[in-house]
Amino acid sequence: MNQKKERLRKLWVSLLGVCVLGLAVYAADSLGWIDNYIRGIFIQCCFAIIMVTSLNLVMGYLGQIALGHAGFMAVGAYTSALVTKAIGLGIKAGAILPMSNVMQFFIGLLCGAVAAALFGLVVGIPALRLRGDYLAIITLGFGEIIRVIIQNLAFAGGKGLANGQAGQALVGILKMNDIYVIFGVTAVCVAIMLAFVRSKFGRAIIAIREDDIASSSAGLNITFYKVLTFTVSAFFAGIAGAIYAHRGLGTLQHSDFTFLKSTEYVIMVVLGGMGSMTGSVVAAIILSVIPEALRAFSQYRMLIYSVILVLMMIFRPIGLFGNYEFSLYELLRGKLTGKPPRSGRSAAKGGA
Amino acid sequence: MPETILRASHLGITFGGLKAVHNFEIDIKEGELVGLIGPNGAGKTTVFNLFTGVYKPTEGTFYLGKQLMNGKKTHEIVAAGIARTFQNIRLFKKMTVMENVLIAFTKDIRYGLPGSILRTAAFWKEEADIRDKAMDLLSVFNLQDKADWNAGNLPYGQQRKLEIARALATNAKMLLLDEPAAGMNPTETAELLACINTIRRKFNISILLIEHDMSLVMNICERIVVIDYGEIIAQGLPEEISHDPKVIAAYLGE
Amino acid sequence: MDGLTLFIQQIINGLRVGSVYALIALGYTMVYGIIRLINFAHGDFIMVGAYALFFTVPLMIAAGMPAWMAVFVAIIVCAITGVLVEKLAYRPVRAKGTNMSALITAIAMSLFLENLAQTLFGASPKQVKTIFDLPMIFGFSGNTFLTIAIGVVVMVGHSLFVKYTKAGQAMRAVSEDKSASKLMGINVNGIIALTFAIGSGLAAIASLMYVAQYNQVTNMMGSMLGLKAFVAAVLGGIGIIPGAMLGGLVIGIVESLSKAYIAPLTGGLITSAFSDAIVFSILIVVLLVKPAGIMGKNIGEKV
Repeated sequence: MNQKKERLRKLWVSLLGVCVLGLAVYAADSLGWIDNYIRGIFIQCCFAIIMVTSLNLVMGYLGQIALGHAGFMAVGAYTSALVTKAIGLGIKAGAILPMSNVMQFFIGLLCGAVAAALFGLVVGIPALRLRGDYLAIITLGFGEIIRVIIQNLAFAGGKGLANGQAGQALVGILKMNDIYVIFGVTAVCVAIMLAFVRSKFGRAIIAIREDDIASSSAGLNITFYKVLTFTVSAFFAGIAGAIYAHRGLGTLQHSDFTFLKSTEYVIMVVLGGMGSMTGSVVAAIILSVIPEALRAFSQYRMLIYSVILVLMMIFRPIGLFGNYEFSLYELLRGKLTGKPPRSGRSAAKGGA
Repeated sequence: MPETILRASHLGITFGGLKAVHNFEIDIKEGELVGLIGPNGAGKTTVFNLFTGVYKPTEGTFYLGKQLMNGKKTHEIVAAGIARTFQNIRLFKKMTVMENVLIAFTKDIRYGLPGSILRTAAFWKEEADIRDKAMDLLSVFNLQDKADWNAGNLPYGQQRKLEIARALATNAKMLLLDEPAAGMNPTETAELLACINTIRRKFNISILLIEHDMSLVMNICERIVVIDYGEIIAQGLPEEISHDPKVIAAYLGE
Repeated sequence: MDGLTLFIQQIINGLRVGSVYALIALGYTMVYGIIRLINFAHGDFIMVGAYALFFTVPLMIAAGMPAWMAVFVAIIVCAITGVLVEKLAYRPVRAKGTNMSALITAIAMSLFLENLAQTLFGASPKQVKTIFDLPMIFGFSGNTFLTIAIGVVVMVGHSLFVKYTKAGQAMRAVSEDKSASKLMGINVNGIIALTFAIGSGLAAIASLMYVAQYNQVTNMMGSMLGLKAFVAAVLGGIGIIPGAMLGGLVIGIVESLSKAYIAPLTGGLITSAFSDAIVFSILIVVLLVKPAGIMGKNIGEKV
């Protein structure tokens, strides 16, 4: 079974790649390069990566613009923050056995992700009956509604839960800024999304994007696949939200999740390339780091983004990476054996 | 006596007061090849859209075997066994030829989200199996060497064939072909004819065919139904139809 | 104040806000009707108009002219902005892009205008000098009636223009069928530019009405205003001109009434703090129940 061998080899190479990245982080850490500032940027990159890749599922693969992704992030952020708060109180009161911060964080993260996915489902079922402009605007509407509701919930403001106050920032959230944990979560999320698009699900979604009438005539239940994608996308936005909520500042504000926030992630997806996970990751990192590197220009940031975006739409509407996917395996294979890298899936599809 | 595969009685649809199709009756037996002809705008494609759930009939019923199909969604109808092609080819142009066929197998794939994320043995086996099946199907149409091509880059005649292959991959009992020879040159048409004969033998499938190319229709159809203004004006054997005064009148425009 | 007076006051307030929405919605609907694009930047044209007023009103007063004359400058500035946005961004994208890239361009232009204004004028609100100083009429400020009156006049004028002038007819022709219009000798790109100019001009008038009421300009003022006007356009049936006016007035009245009555009606469960959410809920309900809007027709795809 040659194929099986190759599959295993690919898996090992990918794991190796992730480990090398992890070791690089470890090396930087032990050299003392990672202070709180760098840590903050690192975490910012991580949740941006999850946000952008998950939004890419809807924009790049399903081919629909969603302008309410920050709404799902908000659901994940607030749910996870309130859950870790509740656990903390429970431990203090002796109602729950003590557990590590990481454990608390993971429980919060899962709850946040599931809550966001539920919202995704509830929003997706009606919204995905629409397409194009209308879907964009209805998701924008849902995103804003989610935000306004959170703003007006007493238990989601102030000290939260029973001591909460509507309209206030939620304070005193558990701090979880261990970069290894965050890095691990991000790597797993991206891997799962890649697996998702490289299965019958991804194939079906792309087919629906290409031609929905032909898809249903080929036996696809379009509504099912659309809503599923939207829900999966919201699930990961929830995870990103959980990371955001616990990023170490301890506070959450409803104004962190306006439609402008959603728009920023849309920009990242578009720049990276709709339909390229590689592009999403790269765009998320670059657009998270550059504003920090160019603090002096921070007031021009959005101005520059918008100009780049328009130029991109005029000269390269498919984004930096189009639908190219980076593969360490193919790269090594080329280098070690001297064979030219095989044209990957996207390369075979090129020219279209 | 072969069994009835597709049966419609009093089938019709009204769009805002206009009866696009009215009182449509048909009875297609297992393995039969029936032609559906009529002048432009007679309602032929509308009949297909009714049979595939794109439109919901406003009158009458239609059955696949013994199963009532009225009001079912397109994908449910496909799962039951009716597949179609389109007048203006609808392929997934940016997907490969192979993937176009794989899509039609999707409904039979049993692995779910966990399987695809964990990349289980079952996942790999099913993926390999449907690829083999798709390859077999492509080789029937002589497309096996182009499995990696973008569907949009295929020559026109092969795009038509790929569309038929995709429809067959749904494991249909009843195949609806909407002008399969449209835009083809005589060589391509001849090839298509041979191809249709092959798949009839190989898959034991019933076919309903809309076609403008009279020679093709007269050549391969066992029975012909003629509609005009949404209603059946004649049906019978090819030679009967070609001499029917009503049909001649409809085509010549009286 | 008794209940009836309060109610009437809310309705009149609603009509005032609604006529502002209606004028903005007209711009959305005209552009959508002609190039099938949600012009996200349209809300920001109001902001452009408002800044134009902010700078020209003092000049007008200094020159001894009535302050409202500044609106003509604002109309010109907005029309130029609109045409530039169309020529520099939308047209090149439209030439080769998809629907999606057009929509992204529109979002980008909106961000561009908002951030350009912030860079040029700062993020803090600017106070505009009083434009109209009218006496109270029946217990309502004169401004309110003037706003409604301007709204009505502009809407009627606009309808007559589209219906009876040659350019208006050409606009309708282009929105029906671009290629046929081209064959009939209509300068399609010219007509699209004209549509942008008029739509943006209407936004300038809307900004006069808005600024006369609130006296304030910020770089983000167009964002929410534009979104609500867009909801109005969808509610009435996007692409349909009378629909935009109807939608604008309905949204204005709903907003005003919900601010006043929603808390007592729902026992305090939903408060006036939800008013933006209520507007969006209306949008969602309309899109789901009748996506083509109150005055629109549903059109399916041909197979």
